[in-house]
Amino acid sequence: MRRWIPLLAFAVLGVFLYLGLYLNPKEVPSPLVGRPAPDFTLPVVGRPGETFSPSEVRGEVWLLNIWAPWCSVCLEEHRHLPRMVADRVPVYGLTWKDLDREAAPLLARNGSPYVAAVDDRDGRVAIRYGVTVTPETFVIDRDGMIRMKHVGPITPAVWERKFEPLLRELQS
Amino acid sequence: MRSRLRLLALALCLLPVLGAASLPAAPNTDDPVLEARLNHLAEDLRCVVCQNESLAESRASLALDLREEIREMMRAGMSDDAVVESLVARYGDFVLYRPPVKPLTYVLWGGPLGFLLLGMALALATLHRRRTLRPQAGVSPEALREAAQLLRADDCNHPGSPSASGTVSRPSYQEER
Repeated sequence: MRRWIPLLAFAVLGVFLYLGLYLNPKEVPSPLVGRPAPDFTLPVVGRPGETFSPSEVRGEVWLLNIWAPWCSVCLEEHRHLPRMVADRVPVYGLTWKDLDREAAPLLARNGSPYVAAVDDRDGRVAIRYGVTVTPETFVIDRDGMIRMKHVGPITPAVWERKFEPLLRELQS
Repeated sequence: MRSRLRLLALALCLLPVLGAASLPAAPNTDDPVLEARLNHLAEDLRCVVCQNESLAESRASLALDLREEIREMMRAGMSDDAVVESLVARYGDFVLYRPPVKPLTYVLWGGPLGFLLLGMALALATLHRRRTLRPQAGVSPEALREAAQLLRADDCNHPGSPSASGTVSRPSYQEER
Protein backbone atom coordinates (compact mmCIF):
# COMPACT_ATOMS: atom_id res chain seq x y z
CA MET A 1 0.00 0.00 0.00
CA ARG A 2 2.68 2.47 1.06
CA ARG A 3 4.53 2.30 -2.20
CA TRP A 4 1.44 3.46 -4.10
CA ILE A 5 1.36 6.75 -2.22
CA PRO A 6 3.79 8.62 -4.54
CA LEU A 7 1.89 7.36 -7.58
CA LEU A 8 -1.40 8.49 -6.04
CA ALA A 9 0.05 11.91 -5.21
CA PHE A 10 1.28 12.20 -8.78
CA ALA A 11 -2.13 11.24 -10.13
CA VAL A 12 -3.84 13.94 -8.03
CA LEU A 13 -1.33 16.53 -9.24
CA GLY A 14 -1.84 15.29 -12.80
CA VAL A 15 -5.60 15.77 -12.58
CA PHE A 16 -5.15 19.37 -11.38
CA LEU A 17 -2.66 20.16 -14.13
CA TYR A 18 -4.91 18.54 -16.74
CA LEU A 19 -7.92 20.59 -15.66
CA GLY A 20 -5.69 23.67 -15.71
CA LEU A 21 -5.15 23.17 -19.42
CA TYR A 22 -8.79 23.98 -20.06
CA LEU A 23 -9.09 27.08 -17.89
CA ASN A 24 -9.37 30.37 -19.70
CA PRO A 25 -7.14 32.96 -17.99
CA LYS A 26 -9.22 35.71 -19.59
CA GLU A 27 -12.37 34.50 -17.89
CA VAL A 28 -12.11 36.55 -14.74
CA PRO A 29 -15.20 36.64 -12.53
CA SER A 30 -16.70 40.10 -12.73
CA PRO A 31 -17.58 41.81 -9.45
CA LEU A 32 -20.16 43.79 -11.41
CA VAL A 33 -22.55 40.85 -11.67
CA GLY A 34 -25.48 41.60 -9.38
CA ARG A 35 -24.65 45.32 -9.34
CA PRO A 36 -26.32 48.14 -11.26
CA ALA A 37 -24.96 48.66 -14.76
CA PRO A 38 -22.86 51.85 -14.79
CA ASP A 39 -24.76 54.68 -16.44
CA PHE A 40 -23.44 56.70 -19.38
CA THR A 41 -24.61 58.87 -22.22
CA LEU A 42 -22.67 58.43 -25.44
CA PRO A 43 -23.19 59.40 -29.08
CA VAL A 44 -24.60 56.70 -31.36
CA VAL A 45 -22.29 55.52 -34.13
CA GLY A 46 -23.46 56.57 -37.59
CA ARG A 47 -26.36 58.71 -36.34
CA PRO A 48 -25.04 62.22 -35.76
CA GLY A 49 -26.72 64.07 -32.93
CA GLU A 50 -28.25 60.96 -31.37
CA THR A 51 -27.20 59.61 -27.99
CA PHE A 52 -27.97 56.51 -25.97
CA SER A 53 -28.08 55.96 -22.24
CA PRO A 54 -28.94 52.74 -20.32
CA SER A 55 -31.67 54.63 -18.46
CA GLU A 56 -33.63 54.74 -21.74
CA VAL A 57 -34.13 50.97 -21.69
CA ARG A 58 -35.05 50.67 -18.02
CA GLY A 59 -37.81 48.09 -17.65
CA GLU A 60 -36.42 45.96 -20.45
CA VAL A 61 -34.00 43.06 -20.49
CA TRP A 62 -31.16 43.95 -22.86
CA LEU A 63 -27.65 42.98 -23.90
CA LEU A 64 -24.62 45.21 -24.05
CA ASN A 65 -22.03 43.85 -26.44
CA ILE A 66 -18.54 45.37 -26.31
CA TRP A 67 -16.87 45.33 -29.70
CA ALA A 68 -14.28 47.17 -31.74
CA PRO A 69 -13.77 47.52 -35.51
CA TRP A 70 -10.20 46.23 -35.10
CA CYS A 71 -11.43 43.03 -33.40
CA SER A 72 -11.89 40.34 -36.04
CA VAL A 73 -13.62 37.95 -33.63
CA CYS A 74 -16.23 40.65 -32.97
CA LEU A 75 -16.93 40.99 -36.68
CA GLU A 76 -17.33 37.23 -36.93
CA GLU A 77 -19.73 37.41 -33.98
CA HIS A 78 -21.74 40.12 -35.77
CA ARG A 79 -22.47 37.69 -38.58
CA HIS A 80 -24.07 35.13 -36.28
CA LEU A 81 -25.55 37.31 -33.55
CA PRO A 82 -28.85 38.27 -35.26
CA ARG A 83 -29.72 34.65 -36.00
CA MET A 84 -29.08 33.56 -32.40
CA VAL A 85 -30.80 36.52 -30.77
CA ALA A 86 -33.74 36.33 -33.21
CA ASP A 87 -35.32 39.51 -31.83
CA ARG A 88 -35.77 37.96 -28.41
CA VAL A 89 -33.81 40.71 -26.74
CA PRO A 90 -32.50 44.10 -27.86
CA VAL A 91 -28.74 44.16 -28.32
CA TYR A 92 -26.85 47.40 -27.88
CA GLY A 93 -23.23 47.79 -28.87
CA LEU A 94 -20.42 49.64 -27.15
CA THR A 95 -17.76 50.49 -29.68
CA TRP A 96 -14.46 50.45 -27.83
CA LYS A 97 -11.66 52.80 -28.84
CA ASP A 98 -12.60 53.32 -32.45
CA LEU A 99 -9.71 55.73 -32.97
CA ASP A 100 -9.69 55.40 -36.76
CA ARG A 101 -13.43 56.11 -37.13
CA GLU A 102 -14.06 52.83 -38.90
CA ALA A 103 -17.15 51.72 -36.99
CA ALA A 104 -19.84 53.67 -38.86
CA PRO A 105 -18.84 52.64 -42.41
CA LEU A 106 -18.22 49.10 -41.23
CA LEU A 107 -21.67 48.72 -39.66
CA ALA A 108 -23.27 50.32 -42.73
CA ARG A 109 -21.47 47.91 -45.03
CA ASN A 110 -21.91 44.67 -43.06
CA GLY A 111 -25.27 45.41 -41.49
CA SER A 112 -25.48 46.22 -37.81
CA PRO A 113 -26.56 43.57 -35.30
CA TYR A 114 -27.37 46.34 -32.82
CA VAL A 115 -30.39 48.45 -32.06
CA ALA A 116 -27.79 51.13 -31.56
CA ALA A 117 -24.02 51.12 -31.10
CA VAL A 118 -22.52 53.84 -28.94
CA ASP A 119 -19.12 55.36 -29.48
CA ASP A 120 -16.78 54.95 -26.48
CA ARG A 121 -13.85 56.53 -28.23
CA ASP A 122 -11.51 57.01 -25.31
CA GLY A 123 -12.55 53.79 -23.58
CA ARG A 124 -13.62 55.47 -20.32
CA VAL A 125 -17.05 53.83 -20.18
CA ALA A 126 -15.47 50.45 -20.95
CA ILE A 127 -13.23 50.93 -17.92
CA ARG A 128 -16.31 51.51 -15.77
CA TYR A 129 -17.67 48.20 -17.05
CA GLY A 130 -14.38 46.47 -16.26
CA VAL A 131 -13.81 45.49 -19.87
CA THR A 132 -10.53 43.71 -20.53
CA VAL A 133 -11.02 42.07 -23.92
CA THR A 134 -13.38 42.22 -26.88
CA PRO A 135 -15.91 40.83 -27.40
CA GLU A 136 -17.64 40.88 -24.05
CA THR A 137 -21.37 40.75 -23.45
CA PHE A 138 -23.37 41.89 -20.45
CA VAL A 139 -26.92 40.76 -19.72
CA ILE A 140 -28.83 43.56 -17.99
CA ASP A 141 -32.23 42.99 -16.39
CA ARG A 142 -35.35 45.13 -16.09
CA ASP A 143 -34.04 46.90 -12.99
CA GLY A 144 -30.81 47.85 -14.73
CA MET A 145 -28.77 45.20 -12.88
CA ILE A 146 -25.96 43.27 -14.55
CA ARG A 147 -26.94 39.61 -14.35
CA MET A 148 -24.16 38.01 -16.36
CA LYS A 149 -20.93 38.82 -18.14
CA HIS A 150 -19.72 36.64 -20.95
CA VAL A 151 -16.11 36.98 -22.10
CA GLY A 152 -15.33 36.01 -25.66
CA PRO A 153 -17.54 35.47 -28.69
CA ILE A 154 -21.07 34.12 -28.31
CA THR A 155 -21.22 30.84 -30.19
CA PRO A 156 -24.51 28.97 -30.71
CA ALA A 157 -23.46 26.55 -27.96
CA VAL A 158 -22.74 29.40 -25.54
CA TRP A 159 -26.00 31.07 -26.45
CA GLU A 160 -27.95 27.94 -25.73
CA ARG A 161 -26.13 27.09 -22.52
CA LYS A 162 -25.67 30.49 -20.90
CA PHE A 163 -27.98 33.03 -22.52
CA GLU A 164 -31.18 31.15 -23.32
CA PRO A 165 -31.96 29.92 -19.78
CA LEU A 166 -31.08 33.26 -18.18
CA LEU A 167 -33.17 35.26 -20.66
CA ARG A 168 -36.10 32.93 -20.18
CA GLU A 169 -35.86 33.46 -16.43
CA LEU A 170 -35.46 37.24 -16.66
CA GLN A 171 -38.19 37.79 -19.24
CA SER A 172 -40.82 35.61 -17.59
CA MET B 1 45.24 51.03 -35.38
CA ARG B 2 43.40 52.90 -38.03
CA SER B 3 40.39 50.61 -38.03
CA ARG B 4 40.28 50.84 -34.28
CA LEU B 5 40.13 54.61 -34.47
CA ARG B 6 37.34 54.37 -36.97
CA LEU B 7 35.44 52.07 -34.66
CA LEU B 8 35.90 54.51 -31.81
CA ALA B 9 34.60 57.35 -33.97
CA LEU B 10 31.55 55.26 -34.84
CA ALA B 11 30.94 54.46 -31.20
CA LEU B 12 31.16 58.16 -30.34
CA CYS B 13 28.61 58.93 -33.04
CA LEU B 14 26.23 56.43 -31.51
CA LEU B 15 26.48 57.92 -28.03
CA PRO B 16 23.75 60.53 -28.41
CA VAL B 17 21.40 57.89 -29.79
CA LEU B 18 22.02 55.62 -26.84
CA GLY B 19 21.52 58.52 -24.48
CA ALA B 20 18.13 59.27 -25.96
CA ALA B 21 17.12 55.62 -25.86
CA SER B 22 17.84 55.31 -22.16
CA LEU B 23 15.73 58.33 -21.19
CA PRO B 24 12.56 57.35 -19.36
CA ALA B 25 9.28 58.23 -21.02
CA ALA B 26 8.20 61.73 -20.12
CA PRO B 27 5.40 61.70 -17.57
CA ASN B 28 2.00 62.74 -18.87
CA THR B 29 1.48 65.33 -16.23
CA ASP B 30 3.36 68.25 -14.82
CA ASP B 31 2.65 67.15 -11.26
CA PRO B 32 5.59 64.98 -10.14
CA VAL B 33 4.04 64.25 -6.73
CA LEU B 34 0.93 62.79 -8.31
CA GLU B 35 3.03 60.86 -10.81
CA ALA B 36 5.08 59.34 -8.00
CA ARG B 37 1.90 58.34 -6.17
CA LEU B 38 0.54 56.82 -9.37
CA ASN B 39 3.69 54.82 -10.05
CA HIS B 40 3.83 53.56 -6.49
CA LEU B 41 0.20 52.45 -6.65
CA ALA B 42 0.47 50.96 -10.15
CA GLU B 43 3.30 48.64 -9.04
CA ASP B 44 0.79 46.61 -7.04
CA LEU B 45 -1.94 46.62 -9.68
CA ARG B 46 -2.22 44.13 -12.47
CA CYS B 47 -2.57 45.16 -16.07
CA VAL B 48 -5.78 43.30 -16.87
CA VAL B 49 -5.03 42.67 -20.55
CA CYS B 50 -1.38 41.66 -20.26
CA GLN B 51 -1.98 39.58 -17.19
CA ASN B 52 1.57 39.08 -15.99
CA GLU B 53 2.60 42.71 -16.04
CA SER B 54 1.91 45.36 -13.48
CA LEU B 55 0.03 48.47 -14.45
CA ALA B 56 3.21 50.47 -13.91
CA GLU B 57 5.32 48.61 -16.46
CA SER B 58 2.74 47.85 -19.13
CA ARG B 59 2.55 49.71 -22.43
CA ALA B 60 -0.81 48.23 -23.41
CA SER B 61 -3.33 50.83 -24.41
CA LEU B 62 -5.79 49.75 -21.72
CA ALA B 63 -3.02 50.19 -19.14
CA LEU B 64 -2.39 53.72 -20.42
CA ASP B 65 -6.13 54.43 -20.15
CA LEU B 66 -6.24 53.00 -16.66
CA ARG B 67 -3.29 55.10 -15.53
CA GLU B 68 -5.04 58.15 -16.93
CA GLU B 69 -8.20 57.13 -15.06
CA ILE B 70 -6.22 56.78 -11.82
CA ARG B 71 -4.59 60.19 -12.39
CA GLU B 72 -8.01 61.71 -12.74
CA MET B 73 -9.31 60.04 -9.59
CA MET B 74 -6.23 61.31 -7.71
CA ARG B 75 -6.72 64.81 -9.04
CA ALA B 76 -10.30 64.61 -7.80
CA GLY B 77 -8.82 64.11 -4.33
CA MET B 78 -9.39 60.39 -3.84
CA SER B 79 -7.08 58.56 -1.46
CA ASP B 80 -4.95 55.63 -2.65
CA ASP B 81 -7.24 53.18 -0.89
CA ALA B 82 -10.32 54.69 -2.52
CA VAL B 83 -8.69 54.46 -5.94
CA VAL B 84 -7.79 50.80 -5.44
CA GLU B 85 -11.28 50.10 -4.10
CA SER B 86 -12.95 51.58 -7.16
CA LEU B 87 -10.73 49.49 -9.45
CA VAL B 88 -11.52 46.32 -7.50
CA ALA B 89 -15.23 47.16 -7.83
CA ARG B 90 -14.87 46.97 -11.61
CA TYR B 91 -12.22 44.37 -12.27
CA GLY B 92 -12.39 42.28 -9.10
CA ASP B 93 -9.56 41.17 -6.82
CA PHE B 94 -7.81 40.03 -9.95
CA VAL B 95 -6.55 43.55 -10.46
CA LEU B 96 -4.54 43.30 -7.23
CA TYR B 97 -1.15 41.65 -7.41
CA ARG B 98 -1.34 40.86 -3.69
CA PRO B 99 -4.61 38.97 -3.22
CA PRO B 100 -6.49 39.90 -0.03
CA VAL B 101 -6.84 37.33 2.74
CA LYS B 102 -10.46 36.16 2.75
CA PRO B 103 -12.29 32.80 2.82
CA LEU B 104 -11.80 32.31 -0.92
CA THR B 105 -8.04 32.78 -0.64
CA TYR B 106 -7.39 30.90 2.62
CA VAL B 107 -6.04 27.92 0.69
CA LEU B 108 -3.82 30.20 -1.38
CA TRP B 109 -2.29 31.91 1.64
CA GLY B 110 -2.37 28.91 3.99
CA GLY B 111 -1.29 26.32 1.41
CA PRO B 112 2.46 26.86 1.66
CA LEU B 113 2.32 26.80 5.48
CA GLY B 114 0.19 23.65 5.32
CA PHE B 115 2.69 21.91 3.06
CA LEU B 116 5.56 22.99 5.34
CA LEU B 117 3.79 21.52 8.39
CA LEU B 118 2.97 18.34 6.46
CA GLY B 119 6.59 17.96 5.43
CA MET B 120 7.81 18.56 8.99
CA ALA B 121 5.33 16.02 10.36
CA LEU B 122 6.46 13.42 7.80
CA ALA B 123 10.11 14.08 8.60
CA LEU B 124 9.51 13.82 12.35
CA ALA B 125 7.52 10.60 11.95
CA THR B 126 10.25 9.05 9.82
CA LEU B 127 13.00 10.09 12.24
CA HIS B 128 11.03 8.77 15.19
CA ARG B 129 10.51 5.43 13.48
CA ARG B 130 14.23 5.11 12.77
CA ARG B 131 15.14 6.01 16.34
CA THR B 132 12.89 3.32 17.76
CA LEU B 133 13.82 0.63 15.28
CA ARG B 134 14.07 -2.77 17.03
CA PRO B 135 16.32 -5.55 15.78
CA GLN B 136 14.30 -7.81 13.55
CA ALA B 137 12.89 -10.95 15.07
CA GLY B 138 14.57 -14.14 13.96
CA VAL B 139 18.10 -12.79 14.12
CA SER B 140 20.10 -14.68 16.72
CA PRO B 141 22.17 -12.79 19.32
CA GLU B 142 25.30 -14.48 17.98
CA ALA B 143 24.71 -13.10 14.52
CA LEU B 144 24.17 -9.61 15.95
CA ARG B 145 27.36 -9.82 18.00
CA GLU B 146 29.28 -10.95 14.93
CA ALA B 147 27.88 -8.09 12.89
CA ALA B 148 28.87 -5.58 15.59
CA GLN B 149 32.37 -7.04 15.67
CA LEU B 150 32.72 -6.74 11.90
CA LEU B 151 31.56 -3.15 12.04
CA ARG B 152 34.07 -2.37 14.77
CA ALA B 153 36.85 -3.98 12.78
CA ASP B 154 35.82 -1.95 9.77
CA ASP B 155 35.96 1.19 11.92
CA CYS B 156 39.49 0.40 13.13
CA ASN B 157 40.71 0.08 9.56
CA HIS B 158 39.36 3.45 8.68
CA PRO B 159 41.82 5.87 10.36
CA GLY B 160 44.83 3.84 9.25
CA SER B 161 46.35 3.96 5.76
CA PRO B 162 43.78 2.58 3.32
CA SER B 163 46.44 1.73 0.78
CA ALA B 164 48.16 -0.68 3.17
CA SER B 165 45.14 -2.83 3.81
CA GLY B 166 43.93 -2.61 0.26
CA THR B 167 40.30 -2.84 1.32
CA VAL B 168 37.97 0.04 0.87
CA SER B 169 36.52 0.98 4.18
CA ARG B 170 33.19 2.71 4.54
CA PRO B 171 32.15 5.05 7.30
CA SER B 172 29.80 3.36 9.69
CA TYR B 173 26.39 4.90 9.50
CA GLN B 174 24.91 2.18 11.60
CA GLU B 175 26.85 2.89 14.75
CA GLU B 176 24.11 4.63 16.71
CA ARG B 177 21.61 1.87 16.23
